[in-house]
Amino acid sequence: MAYTPQKPPIAESSDALRERISGWGVDLDPKDRPSARRLVFQENTGAHWQFPERQPQKWPRERSIEHKFLTPVFGTACPPKGLSGTIRRLAYARYSEGQSAHWLLLVLADRVDAWEHHLTSFLTLRPDNPITETGVLSEFTRHGLSSRFGQHRADLKHQWLDPIVVAGPWLAAAWLVFSGARKLVRRAQS
Amino acid sequence: MRAMVYRGPYKIRVEEKDIPAIEHPNDAIVRVTLAAICGSDLHMYHGAMPDTRIGMTFGHEFIGVVEQVGSSVQNLQVGDRVMVPFNICCGSCWYCTRGLYSNCNNTNANHYAVGGIYGYSHTAGGYDGAQSEYVRVPFADVGPTLIPDWMSDEDAVLLTDAAPTGYFGAQLGDIVEGDVVIVFGAGPVGLLAARSAWLMGAGRVIVIDHLDYRLEKAREFAQAETFNFTEYRDIVLEMKKQTDFFGADVAIEAVGAEADGAFFQHVTASKLKLQGGGSPVALNWAIDSVRKGGTISVVGGFGPLFSNVKMGDLMNKGLTLHSNQTPVKRQWPRLFEHVRNGYLKPRELVTHRFPLEHITEGYHVFSSKLDGCIKPLVVPSAA
Repeated sequence: MAYTPQKPPIAESSDALRERISGWGVDLDPKDRPSARRLVFQENTGAHWQFPERQPQKWPRERSIEHKFLTPVFGTACPPKGLSGTIRRLAYARYSEGQSAHWLLLVLADRVDAWEHHLTSFLTLRPDNPITETGVLSEFTRHGLSSRFGQHRADLKHQWLDPIVVAGPWLAAAWLVFSGARKLVRRAQS
Repeated sequence: MRAMVYRGPYKIRVEEKDIPAIEHPNDAIVRVTLAAICGSDLHMYHGAMPDTRIGMTFGHEFIGVVEQVGSSVQNLQVGDRVMVPFNICCGSCWYCTRGLYSNCNNTNANHYAVGGIYGYSHTAGGYDGAQSEYVRVPFADVGPTLIPDWMSDEDAVLLTDAAPTGYFGAQLGDIVEGDVVIVFGAGPVGLLAARSAWLMGAGRVIVIDHLDYRLEKAREFAQAETFNFTEYRDIVLEMKKQTDFFGADVAIEAVGAEADGAFFQHVTASKLKLQGGGSPVALNWAIDSVRKGGTISVVGGFGPLFSNVKMGDLMNKGLTLHSNQTPVKRQWPRLFEHVRNGYLKPRELVTHRFPLEHITEGYHVFSSKLDGCIKPLVVPSAA
């Protein structure tokens, strides 16, 4: 125990563990593990350049101001556009990663982005469908009840919040649309 | 091509997208034959990772066949069967040349902290991922490697992230012979970390989770002792009792941003997103469960903002905290040996295979922990 110089003994000896567990101790030497030393010069990484050729930009690519320049290679998924794109460009242009404003603006942009796409989806032949897009019907085919109940799961204590978190913004938006429309109708009638 | 796309928190669907094009001379285009859903994909799926854009395709664990190569690619040919590390790395920056491939400085324009990762939001570079029929693979001469003939597809796909991350998590614990190791989280990474701890000479391996079916897997796959934290009023105190009030030598945090077990922490972090870094329940338990002077290894994924971590206990106990995204390429030679020798069998963790067209169901089942799900794979229709 910790009150004396000795550690509490382990129930099984190394020999017993080696016997019981296939591969026990094959990486016993801490110095002989792949990442034992964090910084080890790599002889052959596969790179045949000192600095990579630069990927062409298709639009002024947003970048962290903690980088000296745009990295030579970058992702091209989902260019920023709309109001969410404006917020994202502001987050990248003005704030470093060390500032909470950078991240909070990006989180805000994510929510604005979601609503921009939800709303515009209703102008298409494939509007967002909260039933098919959440996969919630698999509750009926993948043992939703028996997977949850009688299983000691910690998440049961707060699962009642999930419908509120998922459906809450939709219900709030529906209420805003409804109340706005009602006000317009009343104003037109008066 | 068909591809999974993100439509907002808890919502995804499969859409028609353009087949990716070569955008850099060292790019390759890979036809995906098998992909996986990772626990860290769920952070984006739940809307917890900043700058996850609508229309993004997720997926950073995959294998496939090379369909096209850029003009400067020397090491791959069309038709090669390849496994691709989740890290996108240039092989020539200060970090890559020293083995920190996950910290590549030339592949993530959006953020300095981490290198590029396939399909992992713009926080990790804005690359579309591989839960699709085709994917763009930058720096094809650096990351991918040929799949050995003897290796199964299931082992290969798990060797692109989950297996190296579990093994790396055990390494970050600096385990020495006879150490008591506690692994928080019995997901694929935690299970592989527990199994790897034995390879490094642990004297006792304990796995903690709240899902009985995963703890059963921990006993079978990792030969670990298991504790369901919901059965104890105070799991930290139980760990003290289990170790004669000494504490473990090493704790491995393999849960990350959506850890459960403390109502306030989980709800404020995971549901209400008020702790932007995520819920540190398992990390705090790890800090309090190790002995003074012990080591904490963090391989669970967290967000880039703040979390209520118990820094006082960390400092006062004189703990060493090691963490990083896994430099996969650096782990491969040793892990290939371990898989070939049968010391690690990642394929045994696969529980589900979903056709790409049914990936919406796959995300819900994995996210909600239904149907005994541990590791779901995704099979693209063009595979």
